[in-house]
Amino acid sequence: MGYQAQLRIWRGDAGRGDLADYKVEVNEGEVVLDVLHRLQATQAGDLAIRWNCKAGKCGSCSMEINGRPRLACMTRMSTFGENETLTITPMRTFPVIRDLVTDVSFNYAKAREIPSFTPDPATKPGEFRMQQVDVNRSQEFRKCIECFLCQNTCHVIRDHTENEGAFAGPRFLMRIAELEMHPADTADRREIAQDDFGLGLCNITKCCTEVCPEHIKITDNALIPMKERVAGRKYDPLVWLGSKIGRRQVKDTPKVPGKK
Amino acid sequence: MTDIERHSYDVVVIGAGGSGLRAAIEARLRGKKTAIISKSLFGKAHTVMAEGGAAAAMGNANSRDNSQVHFRDTMRGGKFLNNWRMAELHANEAPDRVWELEAWGAVFDRTKDGKISQRNFGGHEYPRLAHVGDRTGLEMIRTLQQKVVALQQEDAVSHGDPEAMIKVFAETTITRLVKDGDRIAGAFGYVRDSGSFILFEAPAVVLATGGIGKTYKVTSNSWEYTGDGHALALLAGAKLLNMEFVQLHPTGMVWPPSVKGLLVTESVRGDGGVLRNSEGKRFMFNYVPDVFRAQYAETEEEADGWYADPENNRRPPELLPRDEVARSINSEVKAGRGSEHDGVFLDIASRLPAEEILRRLPSMCVQFKELADVDITKEPMEVGPTCHYVMGGVEVDPDTAAAAVPGLFAAGEVSGGMHGSNRLGGNSLSDLLVFGRRAGIGAADYLDGLTARPAIAQADLEAAAAEASAPLERPGGENPYTVHAELQDIMTNLVGLIRVETEMKQALAELEKLRERVLTVGAAGGRGYNPGWHLALDLRNMLIVAECVALAALERQESRGGHARDDFPQMSPEWRKVNLICTLDGDRVHLSRQPMKPMRPDLLARFDRDELKKYLTPDELPAPVTPEEKH
Repeated sequence: MGYQAQLRIWRGDAGRGDLADYKVEVNEGEVVLDVLHRLQATQAGDLAIRWNCKAGKCGSCSMEINGRPRLACMTRMSTFGENETLTITPMRTFPVIRDLVTDVSFNYAKAREIPSFTPDPATKPGEFRMQQVDVNRSQEFRKCIECFLCQNTCHVIRDHTENEGAFAGPRFLMRIAELEMHPADTADRREIAQDDFGLGLCNITKCCTEVCPEHIKITDNALIPMKERVAGRKYDPLVWLGSKIGRRQVKDTPKVPGKK
Repeated sequence: MTDIERHSYDVVVIGAGGSGLRAAIEARLRGKKTAIISKSLFGKAHTVMAEGGAAAAMGNANSRDNSQVHFRDTMRGGKFLNNWRMAELHANEAPDRVWELEAWGAVFDRTKDGKISQRNFGGHEYPRLAHVGDRTGLEMIRTLQQKVVALQQEDAVSHGDPEAMIKVFAETTITRLVKDGDRIAGAFGYVRDSGSFILFEAPAVVLATGGIGKTYKVTSNSWEYTGDGHALALLAGAKLLNMEFVQLHPTGMVWPPSVKGLLVTESVRGDGGVLRNSEGKRFMFNYVPDVFRAQYAETEEEADGWYADPENNRRPPELLPRDEVARSINSEVKAGRGSEHDGVFLDIASRLPAEEILRRLPSMCVQFKELADVDITKEPMEVGPTCHYVMGGVEVDPDTAAAAVPGLFAAGEVSGGMHGSNRLGGNSLSDLLVFGRRAGIGAADYLDGLTARPAIAQADLEAAAAEASAPLERPGGENPYTVHAELQDIMTNLVGLIRVETEMKQALAELEKLRERVLTVGAAGGRGYNPGWHLALDLRNMLIVAECVALAALERQESRGGHARDDFPQMSPEWRKVNLICTLDGDRVHLSRQPMKPMRPDLLARFDRDELKKYLTPDELPAPVTPEEKH
């Protein structure tokens, strides 16, 4: 039943590294993470892998398998040929810590810049009334397990590290969309979505949607509607006129300051 | 002397799941400088795997529900071994904690009138679980994570530094608590990516490390569940309560082997799914125990009628508490009526339209489709029991979450008592919130009562550093992965779902042999992100916890909840009065008995006397009520 799989795994740290070849036993029904665990237990005890739940729910074991960004726990070995060599490398966009583990702190820094959920202070806990149809959109985005595969894939930062300051990436533009579409939120993040988080840099190639293990339609349901909202605000003639004659207060919520 | 990075905090919370984050938020809201130590990345804790929901008697789905009913269900589920004060606080406070989450940004599923929707679950009399599809734990962890971020944003404005008052130390593991005399003085550990040592000087430490599932082979638990908090508490001089009670969730995946144990949410049954054996029979009707006879349906017709008309029909037996369902499945398989892979069939496909299954149970659909090639909207799932939760844990004061060691607090799965001998589904997420908050308050109040900060002795640090470094100095030592696998085999085979004296004695003998080997495990490679080293250190904790479970299980000569003895199949009212306590005497686990505090009369009065007779000894029963006093 079982067979010996050929693996080429990136081993190394922040300084240097190389692909190393291994042969590991594979049994029926196994996923890539099972095989990596067997490799750890039998041949490479110090192979660094980040993982937690092995059930596709925590989003820890993100890596690139034959060049494709995936969760190792949700990638069946049966999707590859028995004679095929699997090349497993860390996510390319983020700095390597060791072996298959990368430093994803960029994402946590971006998360902290987005103005948080801002309900009307007059609404007390227990008093929120929202219809299912109105929360469906935010709920889709809250399925996100923060595996950061979309961040890793997006060419705006994958191929251009210089954009990291100006671009929050699909996960966090989607977080903005989630809050903007939350029926009980009162802040306005449209201007900062464009100016501070780089929504305009997204040219809707949908790579993020393609790699999302939760099958969230990031581009269609979050990014494009967000772009429409930004354009709608920016080019609204009443807003424009109001701002010119000083009648209309701009209520944009500013980006949150970081470390001093 | 090794370099040790030092930090000073008021409160250090070990664990970044539901209870840890809730405790940390509370401590920060009370002005305490708080550190959150997370074994994984921020937002990845085991809480994300909770699926069904958080039980809270908000009465949104059925207005007859209230905290008294919730309290009653919790005590019944735990077979009256619960710490009744914890069960009372939990039932009273759960609704406020859930509503608070909503105000912090959680987006629960809704009722038609726009309130938080509530679903049915095993052992809960009314639909009670606030939920988001079948990913409620993820919603909770994300909401708490985002609340921490919101507080950091406030601190960025007021202090100029988002991490001035609350900071997350991700991928950091605590290996020892340090003390000053008899009280807590801090926590020592290592940072995963560099392998360097780190010390948190703090007068108050909250343990929120979750459970022990990784001591078993077939488990729904994630990598982190190595009993760290249980072991840290014991090593620091605290007590563990009733460790024999380990919950096997009745429905884990059984095929393919790679996913054996992976959780299949109870919501499948709450939303109408039924269990069948290989003959196609709904076998649960044959397994309703006497204590629950009055509340459960006797025919399929009545059971099916309950979903639409709960006033005139009794509940389906598939919704018995988890311990009952798990043992029933085990019996069916043993009787030769199991599925091909030694499970039974869980059928939702014939009960709900496909689109409804996709809407209510999206992650189950994905899980089976992608990992087992099973389309649950068309065919039944194969399921069987999987190690899911430990009811036992650190003995705490119910109101303050304080452990026996001054300055030490515990909340969530690592604490004991709340769930008695068996936890009801949905009571975990609400437990995390209720007692996480209480631990935060407990720690803050403790600090307010202190006159001087504790000091840490250099010798203690050197000992902790030497202990943590030891496996790295034995690169040719025994393989930690091998020892771990053997430990899991021992616990799964000998201290599993159905227990018997000879097997548990054998388990203790084998654990004794393993103890020597744990001391010789080694890790090749360097300090930086070296999982072999990390596992070598976790083994100490898992071994201690395994000994506690086996010793307590051998001692308790009855069957109750998550502890089933083949040689003592009955539940005993005499044993109900006994709590089993584990402490550490040198490096040996010491077991003792401690009487259960009698339940407060007003709480006792919430039950029918006839029902109490099934659990209590005659002298514990309240005086019979004469007919004219009844109202």
